[in-house]
Formats: sequence, C-alpha cells, structure tokens
Amino acid sequence: MPSLLQDYLPLVIFMGVALLISAALIVAPFIIAHKNPDPEKLSAYECGFNAFDDARMKFDVRFYLVSILFIIFDLEVAFLFPWAIAFDQVGTFGFWSMMIFLGVLTIGFVYEWKKGALEWD
Amino acid sequence: MTALDWAIAIAIMVGKSLLVIAALLIYIAYALLADRKIWAAVQLRKGPNVVGAFGLLQSFADLIKFALKEPMIPSGANKGVFLLAPVVTATLALAAWAVIPVADGWAVADLNVGILYIFAISSLGVYGVIMGGWASNSKYPFLGALRSAAQMVSYEVSIGFVIITVLLCAGSLNLNEIIRAQDTKYGMFGWYWLPLFPMFVIFFISALAETNRPPFDLPEAESELVAGYMVEYASTPYLLFMLGEYVAIMTMCALTTILFLGGWLPPFDVAPLNWVPGIVWFALKMSLVFFMFAMVKAFVPRYRYDQLMRLGWKVFLPLSLVMVVVVAGVLKFVVNG
Repeated sequence: MPSLLQDYLPLVIFMGVALLISAALIVAPFIIAHKNPDPEKLSAYECGFNAFDDARMKFDVRFYLVSILFIIFDLEVAFLFPWAIAFDQVGTFGFWSMMIFLGVLTIGFVYEWKKGALEWD
Repeated sequence: MTALDWAIAIAIMVGKSLLVIAALLIYIAYALLADRKIWAAVQLRKGPNVVGAFGLLQSFADLIKFALKEPMIPSGANKGVFLLAPVVTATLALAAWAVIPVADGWAVADLNVGILYIFAISSLGVYGVIMGGWASNSKYPFLGALRSAAQMVSYEVSIGFVIITVLLCAGSLNLNEIIRAQDTKYGMFGWYWLPLFPMFVIFFISALAETNRPPFDLPEAESELVAGYMVEYASTPYLLFMLGEYVAIMTMCALTTILFLGGWLPPFDVAPLNWVPGIVWFALKMSLVFFMFAMVKAFVPRYRYDQLMRLGWKVFLPLSLVMVVVVAGVLKFVVNG
C-alpha cells in the first residue's frame, strides 16, 4: 500500500464510520418515535407572541469585523506552523524575518485596537 | 496487493475505528454522569441516582429517551440544512479522534501532521453551529449561532498561538513525537505544563470558551437566548449537538493531556509507575482535566458577552503573541545559544 494511502485511508474510513453512526442516530426517531405534529408545535419559537417576520434579519457589523480579524490571525498562525517546525534549520535570518512579520502584524493589531474594532459595549 | 489483502486491511481499519468510537462514547457517557454528579456535589445535591446503582446507567437511559422523542422540524425551517447541521457537528467532532494517540503509537491514523489536522477539524466545528442557527429560521437560534460562531473563532486564534509555542519546543507536528519530546529525566516536571505554564493556563481557559463550556456558555445563556442555536431542535438532532459538544470537550481534554501533561507517559519512569500501561495514564490525565472542566462549571459565574470578547482579543491574543516571541527568543539565544 502506498504510504500516502496508508496514512490517510484510515482517516477517511474513520470519518465514514462517524458519519454512519450520526446518520443512524438522526434517522432512528423518524422511524421509531411517536409523531403527532400540529401547526402550533411546528411554528418558530418566540417568547409571548407568534413569530411575525423572517428571522434572518440585519445584525451587528461587529460580527463581520470579528470574522475578518480571525482570518488575518488564523493565516498568521498558518504561517507560523512550518516556521516553528523548522526552527532549528531556519537560523538567525529566519528568526528575525518572522519577528519582523510579527512586528508588522502587531502594528496592525494596535491600529485596530485604537480604532475601536475590539469594543463591544 | 490482491483484492483479499485490501478487504482485510479495510476491515481492520473499520474495526479500529469502531473500537475507538465505542470506547470514546462509553467514556463520554460516564464523563457526562461525572459532570452532573460533581455539579450536584458542589451544590450539596445528590445528582442522578435512580437509574442503576448510583445512577450509573443514567446516560444510557437518556439515550433511549432521546431516540423515542418526537423529532420536530419547524415549518419555516430549511429542512435539509436543519437536519444536516447536527450530523456535521457530531461527525466533525468525532473525526478529530482518528489521530489522537491513546497509548504509544495507538492511533487509527498516526499522521505526521496530526496537530494540524486537529486544528483544522476543530475549526470546522463552527459550521454545524452556523448551519443549525440559520436553518432554524427563528430569532433565538439565529442570534445564538452568531454569538457562538464569533466566540469560537475568537478563541481559536489564541489556541493556535499556544500550539505554536509547544511546537517550537517539540519540533514536530506528530502527536506521538510531541509526547516523546516531553520524556525527559525530570519526569512530570519536564512535561510542558511547567516550562510553559502561562500557555497551559491560556490553553485551558480558551478550551472552555472554544467548547462553549461555562463560564463561557453564552450561546446557551438560558436567561437571554433560551438555548441558543439549539432552540428549535428536539429528539436525536438535539442529542447529536450535545454529543458533538461533549466529544469536542473530550478532544480538548485529550489535547491538553498531549500538549502539556505528557500524554501516555508515566509521571516518573520508576518501577511501579512504568508498569501501568500508557492508555491508563492517558485516561487518568484526561479525567483530571475533565474534572477541572466540571469544577469550573460549578464554581464560576457566567461572563457577559463584551467581557468574553475583551478577554479573547485584548488579553489572550496579545499575551500569547508575546509568549510566542519569548519562547522563540529563549530557544534561539539561551537553549541553542
């Protein structure tokens, strides 16, 4: 068996088994459970009155900001992974390159902070 | 290889997968009971004690009850996505366990990029939450999903930086290698929890936030959002969300054990301790971390949402970023000199 397959085939099979178990669990009550639907039971849950419009409404722009910041920092982490593994080999030049990269990101982070992108009240 | 060889190899892989998942689910059944018992004990209650001796069969009774409940799909919901969401959550949470080494070399897939795989899979967990909240077409789930997603991604970043510091010390992405790197002559004092103590604390707290555990259980804050993104769910779709959450908690416990508590290594490499098999040490350490999770749930009051985001972005992120630089600097100029 090729080594790539040897590494990753068990992974695919594991996910397949996990998927089968989840799927079996979700199908089970549709087969065995007692069902008695009525319009009130199936309406969207709302406190004290009937749901009156579509729930997919406008929401705070800060959630977008958080996801954008997340992408920046998660990419940064993705760049750090190979650097951390090869830390012995990258030498002094590699070390300072990454420090400069982190420095630039820190400047960006300070800017966001000063602009109030991280405020939630 | 002939067709028969392939069939045997695949049958063995399926068997291993089933064994790991079954063991994990049984462990979770009792971890859940322990969680409720510890919570009850802190509040001077008895906790579940009716089903089986000391309530030992409580989780299994709950499973049967969930399967016999009426499954409901709200009339306004997006039905396909609504039912897909819990399956996605549970499957992705379970998938992380394919690479976790419960004893020396015992993993279904001993990947050379194990930690990267876990990092990727646990990032995908947020999709189940978003899908569930959006597909329900109801206000509470929608707001709960938004909050939950923002919270999960916020703490993901600090977890990433913490993992980087451990990788700097261990020098490998393979989970078994990370554990072996902690095997020093100092025994349990050579594990990374002591040299990287601030990162251990940040990782533990971020793990609580990442898995929506109290005191960061804002998505399910009963007093404001009823049950967050799970409001419209009933029966086994709800069970699968809860299962996904507990499997994710177990993954975090296992990850804490691997990164900071020496995985399957005995505390000291001396006679009676190194006779005990690695899997026992692994389970014991995981249980210890889970006990801390349960105690935090019982002790600590819930955070407010702005406090939660402030802690994630203004405290943990700068702190872990600085620690990456400090650890790299120490390794570069002091250790390798």
